[in-house]
Amino acid sequence: MKEKILINARILDPSQKMDEKGSVVIDEKGKIKAIGKDVKKSDTTSSAEILDLKNHIIIPGIVDMKAFVGEPGYEYKENFRTLSQAALSGGVTSVVTMPNTKPIIDNVSMVDFIIRRGRDKASINLFPCASLTREMSGKEMSEFGLLSAKGIIGFTDVVKTVQNTETMAKIMDYASDIGVLIMQHTEDFELSKGGCINDGEVSTRLGLEGISYIAEKIIIERDLSLLGEFPCRYHVNQISSKESLDVIKRNKEKGLKFSVGVSINNLSLNENDIGDFKTFLKLSPPLRLENDRIALVEGIKSGLIDVIVSDHTPEDEEGKRLPFAQAATGAIGIETLLPLALEMHHNESLPLSKIIETLTINPAKILKINKGTLKKGSDADICVLDLDKPWVVNANDLKSKSKNSAIEGRKLQGKVLMTFLNGELAFKS
Amino acid sequence: MAVKKNTLAIKDHPKHLLGIQNLSIQEAKNILEEAKSFIKLNRSPSKKLDILRGKTQINLFFEPSTRTQSSFDLAGKRLGADVMTMNVANSALKKGETLIDTAMTLNAMHPDIIVIRHQDSGAPNLLSQKVNCTVINAGDGRREHPTQALLDALTIINRKGKIEGLKIAICGDILHSRVARSNIYLMNMLGAEVNVIAPKTLMPKSIERLGVKSFTDMKKGLNGCDIVMMLRLQNERMQGSFLPSKREYYEFYGLTSEKLKFASQDALIMHPGPMNRGVEIDTKLADDINVSLVKEQVELGVAVRMACLKLYCK
Repeated sequence: MKEKILINARILDPSQKMDEKGSVVIDEKGKIKAIGKDVKKSDTTSSAEILDLKNHIIIPGIVDMKAFVGEPGYEYKENFRTLSQAALSGGVTSVVTMPNTKPIIDNVSMVDFIIRRGRDKASINLFPCASLTREMSGKEMSEFGLLSAKGIIGFTDVVKTVQNTETMAKIMDYASDIGVLIMQHTEDFELSKGGCINDGEVSTRLGLEGISYIAEKIIIERDLSLLGEFPCRYHVNQISSKESLDVIKRNKEKGLKFSVGVSINNLSLNENDIGDFKTFLKLSPPLRLENDRIALVEGIKSGLIDVIVSDHTPEDEEGKRLPFAQAATGAIGIETLLPLALEMHHNESLPLSKIIETLTINPAKILKINKGTLKKGSDADICVLDLDKPWVVNANDLKSKSKNSAIEGRKLQGKVLMTFLNGELAFKS
Repeated sequence: MAVKKNTLAIKDHPKHLLGIQNLSIQEAKNILEEAKSFIKLNRSPSKKLDILRGKTQINLFFEPSTRTQSSFDLAGKRLGADVMTMNVANSALKKGETLIDTAMTLNAMHPDIIVIRHQDSGAPNLLSQKVNCTVINAGDGRREHPTQALLDALTIINRKGKIEGLKIAICGDILHSRVARSNIYLMNMLGAEVNVIAPKTLMPKSIERLGVKSFTDMKKGLNGCDIVMMLRLQNERMQGSFLPSKREYYEFYGLTSEKLKFASQDALIMHPGPMNRGVEIDTKLADDINVSLVKEQVELGVAVRMACLKLYCK
């Protein structure tokens, strides 16, 4: 690989508090050799490839902490190749994959399989999760130590929550000793039983069983109580309501150490968008009130929420073309994660650097991986972005194998122009 | 591409009756007006018309129903349509065929009207997107039961002469009731004031946003009401998580002649049926022809459904 220099760029890297006009030099090994306003062409070898970015923005490649890749078992929804293409065209270079495949990733041989398969078929950095409990049944903890040694980044039951408090206490106690990351979906299943959207006016009108915010809040409260006793690496996958945020605030102020994520969907949509039974907007956790959405945006601003995830959940048409209560839950979103997040910059609800921080260095820190940064010496995973380019989401143009986008037809501003993975150009629009 | 677009544009978009929410006041009034003419017909010895001759009506009932199904059946037949009732218990749906597949299969047989009852809210809406014919909602989940509300309105108009200005109480399991929802929309639309009365566990969230006052106390909720609509309490909800017991429910929410005294002097009682005598309503009161409109509701139900079939079937 030849050395490269990207010139005339606005470099935005929250990991080094950098927002300046300058250049980036990528060395022959695909690492950042030099970066910033002081970099000159003379810093590179004479044979270096020069790319003029014409004042577009450079950010670190995005780290998406929650995406589903259909392999193994659900290849008809998504596979490593299609997920990679979708990710790269959205500027995402590192993806944490979910273990709710068929079979579930809860044992060492499955980890070997997906790591090998990912290496052969994927063209992004993959960080697989294993299930928190065996078969995601919420009963017995997975082999945290053995699975971590094989390359598992974190443990989650994805859309399921460990309901038994004693089991959860044991998990956290054990995890606190060996230092593994626990990623919890927070939902009390007795409270949310049969529910498919937020419990409120819309559920009353549509005649659908609602899920109260209490179902989420009560598990967060329980887990944070346990965390006080068993200080492990604990992450709340996705929160959806203002009330959950209040609990998080109280506990972070007390000095408890944990991290919190939110789905881009809950930041950009509310329950009214479900309209006349749009099943693509059936999500977990559900979309809630506009007040909740605003509170979540504020939560990012104040630092109570650490990361934004795509919660990329490909579902085929068959699973969605059903009466709402029976329809599959989830939406794709890895490709639109960044452009949709930029809405909050364009409508001035969040500073651009804050948005990028929650998509890059924050998830990398939680995962303890050397990504999400453009510091000298790090991997040259780079996203080049036209901040203002307008476009309209058309699910058929998206690269994901499934087309269940929650924001079909939405007018967005900002598009990824190029994505570099380890210094190689991996996507160009 | 252009050709394709053209054919789509030409394709007729049929009108559906999916819920009172989608209805304009004028449409509701038209149905009620049309239905009035059928009341007499239904009481006459010769009940058959040929308005829908040559039309095919399919009743697609995913949930057991006696009165709604037979009412739609008769309504179609009296208008001269060929009526087929699909017993879903015996159909491929039990073998895993989806609603859409069934809809496409039926659609290929060129029906003119599909009347659907389904346990899932929104199922008729989904169906209406996939078929070329008229879809009439005969009750979906806990969302809407538009023809029930329309027949209730007709029954009230028949007795009280109007709906505007009346005070109507809907009492019982509001949470799980499509009848309550459709009636709230329709009675509000026609100018009535609506009170809903239920124990807190059977009251839906944010119900006031639908334009009603909510009460947990029968005495307060019935105060000055001209119409008292009682709802059926499903067996499985009588005990356990929603309510302590049948006995306690009857004590506080069962309609008795004593509680009826809280309402206006000439208040009338309605019930969509089937009734749980001694649970939500005192059995003598239910049969008291001076105050109970239950039989009339059933009778006018046929007239209202005839009106809907006539107006919605092109």
